[in-house]
Amino acid sequence: MYASTDSISLPDVTPELRQQLFSYVLQLADTSLILAHRISEWCGHGPVLEQDLAMANISLDLLGEARSYYQYAAELEGQGRTEDDLAYLRPAVEYRNPLLVEQPNGDFAHTILRQFLYDCFHYHLLVQLQAGPDRHLAAIAEKSVKEAAYHIKWSSEWVIRLGDGTDESRRRLEKAIGSLWRYRGELTTPTTTEQTLQAAGFVPDYAAIQQQIDAHVARVFEEATLPVPQGVFMQKGGKDGRHSEHLGYLLAELQYMQRAYPGMKW
Amino acid sequence: METLEVNLEEQFQTRIDADVRIEPKDWMPDAYRKTLIRQISQHAHSELVGMLPEGNWITRAPSLKRKAILLAKVQDEAGHGLYLYSAAETLGATRDQMLADLHSGKAKYSSIFNYPTLSWADMGTIGWLVDGAAILNQVPLCRTSYGPYARAMVRVCKEESFHQRQGFEIMQTLCEGAPEQKQMAQDALNRWWWPTLMMFGPKDADSPNTEQSMKWRIKRFTNDELRQKFVDMMVPQAEFLGLTVPDPELKWNEAKQGYDFGDVNWQEFWDVVKGNGPCNHERLQARVDAWEDGAWVREAALAHAEKRKQRAGTAAA
Ligand SMILES: [Fe+2]
Ligand SMILES: [Fe+2]
Ligand SMILES: [Fe+2]
Repeated sequence: MYASTDSISLPDVTPELRQQLFSYVLQLADTSLILAHRISEWCGHGPVLEQDLAMANISLDLLGEARSYYQYAAELEGQGRTEDDLAYLRPAVEYRNPLLVEQPNGDFAHTILRQFLYDCFHYHLLVQLQAGPDRHLAAIAEKSVKEAAYHIKWSSEWVIRLGDGTDESRRRLEKAIGSLWRYRGELTTPTTTEQTLQAAGFVPDYAAIQQQIDAHVARVFEEATLPVPQGVFMQKGGKDGRHSEHLGYLLAELQYMQRAYPGMKW
Repeated sequence: METLEVNLEEQFQTRIDADVRIEPKDWMPDAYRKTLIRQISQHAHSELVGMLPEGNWITRAPSLKRKAILLAKVQDEAGHGLYLYSAAETLGATRDQMLADLHSGKAKYSSIFNYPTLSWADMGTIGWLVDGAAILNQVPLCRTSYGPYARAMVRVCKEESFHQRQGFEIMQTLCEGAPEQKQMAQDALNRWWWPTLMMFGPKDADSPNTEQSMKWRIKRFTNDELRQKFVDMMVPQAEFLGLTVPDPELKWNEAKQGYDFGDVNWQEFWDVVKGNGPCNHERLQARVDAWEDGAWVREAALAHAEKRKQRAGTAAA
């Protein structure tokens, strides 16, 4: 049934697998949307106008990517829900983003480190997904990977600047590492959905991605003159809908209009 | 010496009258340079501060499509700020000094951004009316006498007309929607109409610099002329939307082929200009906070660049 790996058309997929794929695409969508939302909170408040532009740009990229995933998820589900229904009308417990991306912005160092940790995973994931058997997903990945390549360059350069900048920037970055490192593991810890899809060849092997991430982190941290933290206990749960306290507030804001004025067109 | 200066000034005016562009390296009267720096930096500051009222709704936009459009719009405004600061720098101003003047309250920005954005309909109204007013102010500046400014305005104006169409489309969607949505649109128009008319500045009689600026072609229409054009352009659009312009004196004047309209509340205008509008304090504070909170980031970037330079120097030696 999956003989021709580069051209699986989804009608051939079993309903169970289709359901898993729907959950996974939704997880990708939620992740991009929540991070886009967080970065957009900086808009107009950045440390310098050029970085305001850069952050708006990254936020727009992620938002565009999120929309592609939501539209595809809606198609996979086939229940007539739209991208907006999926984004605006699901409660926090149904959101599938990892804990990392919902963490508040904090200061610029905190935002940079959150972005860096995510970009490392995001970029390497997209590189794999664009070669995957689901051609719709591959097409989204192919478009997004070009943007993600810019994101990882941007955040890596800032990690280096802040780590190897002033005493203050280093202290702030170290503080961010102390708060955020523990959310890194969830990105490459597969949920049961991800395991099923990995077995079916739809989702890449995370162990291989983890190696690529570690190599990149090691290079960037060396240039930033920072030690790579070891033996940190990793938090998880977001991808299974068990979130931190922050997500509820974020969604209250994000979903405010749709909740206050149900069923209207905007 | 005296005669030489006079000659230069005459030649300068002759070039302006012949619509020859003045470029950064050309001789120009001090007053021309100063006036332009003030005008361009004020415009740049307006783009920068203008990000705040609309930025206020990015996280609450009612659909993913609207969120993307709004974020892209605010990003465009940041880009306009950059072009304009660069144009002012060609006249010898520095961005740090211009920003210091903004933060100290010495430099002004458009008063319209000192009003709060209270509902989603404000995003429509700002695009429709405020970007609309900006276009009327700025399209003539694409032919302004100073080259870098004129070229910056060409790029800016293209994007502003895009913003205006998007704003109008938000209004149209609201006006064709549920009664609450139409009510939201009307309320926004009620709050923004008069402040938008104020965007064109004081009446001609109270605008002493207009004459010189027109002579230098860094202004091409008077404030009252632009205000009239704006009303004539917007009233039919409001009618098309089914909204009521909140001016009981508004009336078509067949003889002048334009609308007669009520007088702006000039007391409110001057209050806001002097810093006493509803959001002057918040807007300026937000800019000062962003700048001060970002100081360590800018310092780190400089320090790191310096370290790299030194290392490269050591490696080469
Ligand atoms: Fe603008
Ligand atoms: Fe403008
Ligand atoms: Fe605009």
